[in-house]
Amino acid sequence: MLSVENIDLSYGASQALRGVSMTAEQGKVTCVLGRNGVGKTSLLRAISGRHGIAAGKVMWQGQDVSKLRPDARAQLGVATVPQGREVFPLLTVRENLETGFSLLPRSARTIPDAVFELFPVLAEMMNRRGGDLSGGQQQQLAIGRAMVTNPRLLLLDEPTEGIQPSIIKDIGRAIRFLREQGKIAIVLVEQFFEFACELADSYAVMDRGRIVLAGAAGDVDEAEVRRWMTV
Amino acid sequence: MKETQLYLNDVHRAFDGYKAINGLSLVIARGELRAVVGPNGAGKTTMLDIITGKTRPDTGDVYYNGTIDLTKTDEASSSRLGIGRKFQKPTVFETHSVEENIMLALAGPRGVAATLFHRTTRAQATRIDELLETVRLGSERRRLAGALSHGQKQWLEIGMLLAQEPQLLLVDEPAAGMTDAETMRTAELLRSVAGERSVVVIEHDMEFVRALDCKVTVLHRGAVLAEGSLDHVSANPEVVEVYLGR
Repeated sequence: MLSVENIDLSYGASQALRGVSMTAEQGKVTCVLGRNGVGKTSLLRAISGRHGIAAGKVMWQGQDVSKLRPDARAQLGVATVPQGREVFPLLTVRENLETGFSLLPRSARTIPDAVFELFPVLAEMMNRRGGDLSGGQQQQLAIGRAMVTNPRLLLLDEPTEGIQPSIIKDIGRAIRFLREQGKIAIVLVEQFFEFACELADSYAVMDRGRIVLAGAAGDVDEAEVRRWMTV
Repeated sequence: MKETQLYLNDVHRAFDGYKAINGLSLVIARGELRAVVGPNGAGKTTMLDIITGKTRPDTGDVYYNGTIDLTKTDEASSSRLGIGRKFQKPTVFETHSVEENIMLALAGPRGVAATLFHRTTRAQATRIDELLETVRLGSERRRLAGALSHGQKQWLEIGMLLAQEPQLLLVDEPAAGMTDAETMRTAELLRSVAGERSVVVIEHDMEFVRALDCKVTVLHRGAVLAEGSLDHVSANPEVVEVYLGR
């Protein structure tokens, strides 16, 4: 289980997170929603360790990982699918997937079949360069790459942004598949409300660097969530 | 009818086939305060790039003060025309004092001789006092800019822009990273400086936009989707749809 406790995060003097607390459980999808610039990506950065926190704690499976570097957190099963995908444009699809091997013991270095079952297009494109893929294919590759690391906490940052509807469906299916396996806690940052609603087991809605609304999907008033997401 | 400060008509701009600005028309009256909002990729920053001559539109008209064609100017000349732009991150001279930052920004000749033999005149000293008063940094004037809080740095930079005597001030997400009190103070500041000049503010923070209490333009896919009071646009179902990602 992930438990973020009262964290602050700043970029220089500019404060992006103010006393944020949230949790994410194994086998559940926790959706982080909110408008632009409210701190969603900063929250993911604090969890993955890509940006240090100024106060509070990030607890992962009972351990305080606040001070750990991102690679050490990755060793503990934290995987990120960043906004904008960040695939290596000059590496092939195969090589991109294999970058996930660095976290695995030599004997476990295989690409899970599930990656190709969920995203058959990756199998067809194994020898193409990452940069030559369409945006949607790159998104699938980024999710596949995270899956290779055998994650226990998967952080997805707006995986539907700028992606065509058919691929959005594939991505939704992949997230559902990972949830049903029950081993992974999934934190999904989204601005696509309906996509998030279909997947969410619980919500954390942000505004101005704070959590303004949180709870299980059944308990949270959808109209209230929408109000925080629109102008 | 008030005089027009800025006029954009059917502006288009594509990057590698991606239509960042797609039929944008916008009129800002002289002295007006306007908030521009919109989801990611709506074209807000590209719009500012076009107004300041950083990017040229493919087609369309962009006029300033009625007759000046902004599609033919570059960034330096747009600044000389009285268009001031505040980028999102504060960019002040951190190792100079607050006062010196304002002094460096004062409008005036910038030639070698003028710079070498510069003496601060009484009029300039008065102007610096006024500007520090406006941005409420009078008591901080001798502090190093680098020691200011994030909000204070943003105000100092707004003061520096005002020192250039702009007619049109473009401000990109000033409230990001500010405390609640700083955010409200910034809204007050921008309201107070509009009127003498036109101010266009891009912002995501809705509490801040509400505090600006001005006409709001919603951009989406490079064009205006809705315009009016904040209550008017937030009641618009199309606006709600684009914010929910549909």
